[in-house]
Amino acid sequence: MSNVAISQDASRRELDRLAELAEDVIRRARAAGASQAEVSASIDTGLNVNVRLGEVETVEHTRDRGFGLTVYFGQRKGSASTADLHADSIQATLEQACAIARYTEEDPAAGLADPARMATQFPDLDLWHPWAIDTSDAILLGQQVEAAGRAHAGITNSEGASVQAGENLSVYANSHGFIGRERGTRHSLSLSLIAGEEASMQRDYWYDSVRSANDFISAQVLGDKAAERTLARVGARRLTTRQSPVLFAPETARGLIGHLLGAVSGGALYRRASFLVDHAGKQIMPGWLNIVERPHLLRGQGSGAFDAEGVASRDSVLVENGVLARYVLGSYSARKLGLESTGNAGGIHNLVVESGNADGGAADDFQGMLKRLGTGLLLTEVMGQGVNAITGDYSRGAAGFWVENGEIAYPVEEITIAANLRDMFTGIRAIGSDVDRRSHLLTGSILLDNMTIAGE
Amino acid sequence: MNSLIAQAEHRLLTPGGLATGDLDRVFAQLMGPSIDAADLYFQHSRSESWLLEEGIVKDGSHAIEQGVGVRAISGEKTGFAYSDEIVLPQLLDASKAARAIAQGGNGSGKPLAVHGAKALYPAIDPVDSLPNPEKIAVLREVDAYARARDPRVKQVIVSLNATLDTVLIAASDGTLAADVRPLVRLSVQVIAEHHGRREQGYAGGGGRYGYRELLENGRAMAFADEAVRQALVNLDAVDAPAGSMTVVLGPGWPGVLLHEAIGHGLEGDFNRKGSSAFAGRMGQRVAAPGVTVVDDGTLFGRRGSLSVDDEGTPTECTTLIEDGILKGYMQDKLNARLMGMAPTGNGRRESFAQLPMPRMTNTYMLAGQHDPQDIIRSVKKGLYAVNFGGGQVDITNGKFVFSASEAYLIEDGKITAPVKGATLVGSGPDVLTRVSMIGNDLALDEGIGVCGKDGQSVPVGVGQPTLRVESMTVGGTAS
Repeated sequence: MSNVAISQDASRRELDRLAELAEDVIRRARAAGASQAEVSASIDTGLNVNVRLGEVETVEHTRDRGFGLTVYFGQRKGSASTADLHADSIQATLEQACAIARYTEEDPAAGLADPARMATQFPDLDLWHPWAIDTSDAILLGQQVEAAGRAHAGITNSEGASVQAGENLSVYANSHGFIGRERGTRHSLSLSLIAGEEASMQRDYWYDSVRSANDFISAQVLGDKAAERTLARVGARRLTTRQSPVLFAPETARGLIGHLLGAVSGGALYRRASFLVDHAGKQIMPGWLNIVERPHLLRGQGSGAFDAEGVASRDSVLVENGVLARYVLGSYSARKLGLESTGNAGGIHNLVVESGNADGGAADDFQGMLKRLGTGLLLTEVMGQGVNAITGDYSRGAAGFWVENGEIAYPVEEITIAANLRDMFTGIRAIGSDVDRRSHLLTGSILLDNMTIAGE
Repeated sequence: MNSLIAQAEHRLLTPGGLATGDLDRVFAQLMGPSIDAADLYFQHSRSESWLLEEGIVKDGSHAIEQGVGVRAISGEKTGFAYSDEIVLPQLLDASKAARAIAQGGNGSGKPLAVHGAKALYPAIDPVDSLPNPEKIAVLREVDAYARARDPRVKQVIVSLNATLDTVLIAASDGTLAADVRPLVRLSVQVIAEHHGRREQGYAGGGGRYGYRELLENGRAMAFADEAVRQALVNLDAVDAPAGSMTVVLGPGWPGVLLHEAIGHGLEGDFNRKGSSAFAGRMGQRVAAPGVTVVDDGTLFGRRGSLSVDDEGTPTECTTLIEDGILKGYMQDKLNARLMGMAPTGNGRRESFAQLPMPRMTNTYMLAGQHDPQDIIRSVKKGLYAVNFGGGQVDITNGKFVFSASEAYLIEDGKITAPVKGATLVGSGPDVLTRVSMIGNDLALDEGIGVCGKDGQSVPVGVGQPTLRVESMTVGGTAS
């Protein structure tokens, strides 16, 4: 316990130092004539260990610092950043930002967020759990994870296990007098394995990502999961070109939610570069479907009391009964659209996609979702960019399993899935209760009624 | 070359009271009987970007990063630490952390000797290569020009970027090398709207030179023309076909096919570990006769070029596939040593804070004999894809994808309707065996490529002539 307490104090002192630096630079920016200024400063430290075939492969000690300043001279803006927090570098950064603001042009929407929206409450969101693991213990853990995976018959090679421990300290301050301090830890375990030989080789992986090392799944479970996923892909075939329902497994379903977020984010909307322009208040998903932003989840991957402009975060519905309730806006895009910031400068916090289906009954677990799919594609991997945010056209490489009558029949690969996101969203038939907790986008598997599969 | 060392020393070591002579002390700390190799990578990076949108130069930013990465290697084990302060105590601390990978007494490396290499770009600071008011003027001119091209153009986003990387590399094998690497880029994105339908077009380019070279010969306006043209073409695009068909790939940027389908699979690390679909296939046929593919880091001024790689090895033109036969891998020092091969100048890293690994530079296929028009005429029914967003590969099963952003149907030997963007998928060890015609029109891309691997991004180039590929899967929605 004493170690933890020391670490707590040290991190608080570092945060205080970053906050003092930020305030000082903002003062100097104002003295240099800036009407407004804001600073983001951070320190990230970590240990990354990779183990392969039982031997340590790499040991990396990381420590990254960042300091970014934006100044506003009226409605002209300039930004500069440095990784060097020494006084002379900070001064040079200040001068650079001011110099740039002499050349940028008046932008009526430029400036800090509304001072009345600054966060005043800073609840403890339980995000700070330093993992006092030393290198040799990290190597040992990596070896355990990998050994658990390699113990499965049919695993022929390994791309290695990784153990990562990370701490982030960050401060955001602006000339409204706002100072926000954040501390968070993030640790991960992963394992990537290979099954089969030569032309029939397949690779897959599994990982866990947590705020507290106490929340990790065990080395055994992680190793088993990576091995089972890899072995399940052996013997993958192609499909003929067809129409089919598609079940997005949770790890691919969150990508789908990511596309929704991209389409309703302010930057895309004011540029009219989204297929959901002018869709606030309109039905974009089935009537039973709800999506809610919950920024204050304890130990949440995306939890935070304020956004990247200091605006207080709060629970807020994004999709209600299938209707797009609001956009995802920072103050800049909000001004461009004549709306209020939604506290999403820098992105969404935690987004909860509520499980359910058109029947109104209890949500299905993964097995139930497979039954609901019946015969169709279970999608476990998407590849490539293939998403046009302006038109909603979606065409991506895919791998997964062909499912017949609710049972996995065989693995498939080298196919594409295609449709338009507009139709994909309205065509959601069910969302499972099998929520993937490793991301700030919290969703179970998603069943879509129909996509085009291209193959042989 | 010596002037490069002096320039790098001045930028990287002098401010912290260091000189190359002091590096012996660091190697004394770093080396030991169990350490096979060690290196120091000092880097100073300065970059700027300017952004115009909605007719306003809205954003400008400037960034400086610097630091030193310290690596110690024992067998297949690598210890790594870095510091963003280039001073002796931090260097010694980082060395201690890096070398903890192996136990042993003190030893030392070979004496440092300057490694020379032909400079492939001028040692200039591109950020300062044009006064700021002229940069602003360029952005405005491109914007006005693109908007004037067609009333359907509704949104124009133009950006200018410049970076100067100054690196100094010292290694226990005696390598002492420096490089000063300019990189500039201009990008134009256009959104066109007609009858409620919106589509986009994108063009851009650059390389390792200053802004003036980037703007020569009306290149900026040519990018604007190209972005507008693509956006307007896409306004008329119909649904792409779905299924397996003959595909003709245009010259230049579609070479991203090579990067994904075979390039990554021929990087040394994946082959040493046996995790690549190409592992153990050296000397075997992996492409049709006539297909020759190289990775060439030695092209003057190219985005993917480097005078020396990030381990101080001069870059080379490495033949990967010769007349259809697999000939070579791309290597960094670690993987070359473990595989008993020679480094090929492909050891690259995103920054001092990351470990180097085998990466591509400029990867392209040499020209063949066919007139590109004849290639199109030879296809009864198929897809002609001329522009791509990007791609991805699973190096183990060899499956790759790349996404077309501009494509057309070919019907009875003629290019007909434009089709919407669609992803193309294939199998790396297989796709080049299906190349049936190679054009005589080899082109390299304009200088926009970014390659990601293990979370590290590096600038790369690609290129190819027009290619006819029998049977690729096209991921559209139309039957």
